[in-house]
Amino acid sequence: MRANVSKYELVTPASLADALKLCAGGHKPFAGGTDLMVLFESGKLPPGRYVSLWGLSELRGITADDAHITLGALTTYSDVRVNAVIAKEHPNLCAAAKETGALAIQNRGTLGGNIANASPAADSPPALLVAGAEIELRSLAGTRWVAYDGFHTGYKQTLMQAGELITRVRIPRASDRVSYYRKVGTRKAQAISKVCVAASAKVKAGVLSDLRIALGSVGPVPLRCKHTEAVLVTRVIDAQAIKEARDAVQKDIAPIDDIRSTREYRLTVAQNLVAELALRFVAS
Amino acid sequence: MIDVKCRLNGKEHTLRGHSMARLLDVIREEAKLTGTKEGCGEGECGACSVLIDGVLVDSCLVPLAQVQGAEITTIEGVAHSKHQKLQQAFIEHGGAQCGICTPGMIIASAALIDRCQGRVPNTAEVREALAGNLCRCTGYMKIIDAVQAAAKP
Repeated sequence: MRANVSKYELVTPASLADALKLCAGGHKPFAGGTDLMVLFESGKLPPGRYVSLWGLSELRGITADDAHITLGALTTYSDVRVNAVIAKEHPNLCAAAKETGALAIQNRGTLGGNIANASPAADSPPALLVAGAEIELRSLAGTRWVAYDGFHTGYKQTLMQAGELITRVRIPRASDRVSYYRKVGTRKAQAISKVCVAASAKVKAGVLSDLRIALGSVGPVPLRCKHTEAVLVTRVIDAQAIKEARDAVQKDIAPIDDIRSTREYRLTVAQNLVAELALRFVAS
Repeated sequence: MIDVKCRLNGKEHTLRGHSMARLLDVIREEAKLTGTKEGCGEGECGACSVLIDGVLVDSCLVPLAQVQGAEITTIEGVAHSKHQKLQQAFIEHGGAQCGICTPGMIIASAALIDRCQGRVPNTAEVREALAGNLCRCTGYMKIIDAVQAAAKP
């Protein structure tokens, strides 16, 4: 333990209203702890006052209506994995949940925490981007919904303002779409991504439309690959299309060398994954 | 310092500690239950696995304030439960060598066997259930054999 424990305080609020008051007063949100406790252990968590959200039942549960599937911010990866509606309509989000850490992490890590932690290497953001997710932010001043695409404004930067909490995530209902998710890491379990990709599209007679591709670990934020998407829709996916898509990937992402991989490896793998998903989609 | 009322291995307990203290440290140093081991301290190795309300967690990643009212099961609790035969199966199949991963392996295995409700998990299920528990000695096959043997009714 490299942290000076006495410089921290973790307060347990009785309700979401209490948590919002504490946040307004400067307490920082603390959900399942799977990221923050790692920083804490290594002495890198900023000292100060935190508010424990884990016990707040208002932030739990997955519901579906005609337009949306709505997930409480404390929805764990394990909750996502076993949800039948998500499995049917957004299987890449279930796949991302299954590939995050291993069971003990999936039982404790939360969707809201994963989003707020804002790691560009997180596994669920590409699937959320592809799903067209929106994020509910709540503070004492009120509640607002923001599009998840654009929520991350820079490395570890988000649209969240002081005193705001992520309270819910919603994704549109989906049907008749093909779905793809693949994470490339050092090993199958527990690894943090070198590259991860989520995609979905509509396919008719071997032609893709409404194609959405998002990549993680290849830039300062999780990214939608709009150049690549534009290249691959409404045409025959032949060798020329794949070549153009590979070139477009280079425009969409900005990978770097870091402790987990290199710029070159990430670019090559991202291009290979895009080629794989396009070919798999048209074959389906 | 806070007082946290919880059930620890089936008995009412009040755990006293800092709100951010790692459950792992509180279990070992306050409750004096040293069967739970610290490996990596960052949620990678599973040596500190315990069950909270029957759910597998890494106790190094759980702050004390988050176990108020919870039911915590450590390896000491599993040792005298219906899962006692897991321990015997690990011995018979050579599923333990140096032993540091063994408490976590048995906790994760017990959680799997509970989820299976009498069904013997297949190899892929055991591998997935233990994917967060690292062993540097056995090469895992003997552990998988032990879990499947213990799961047989």
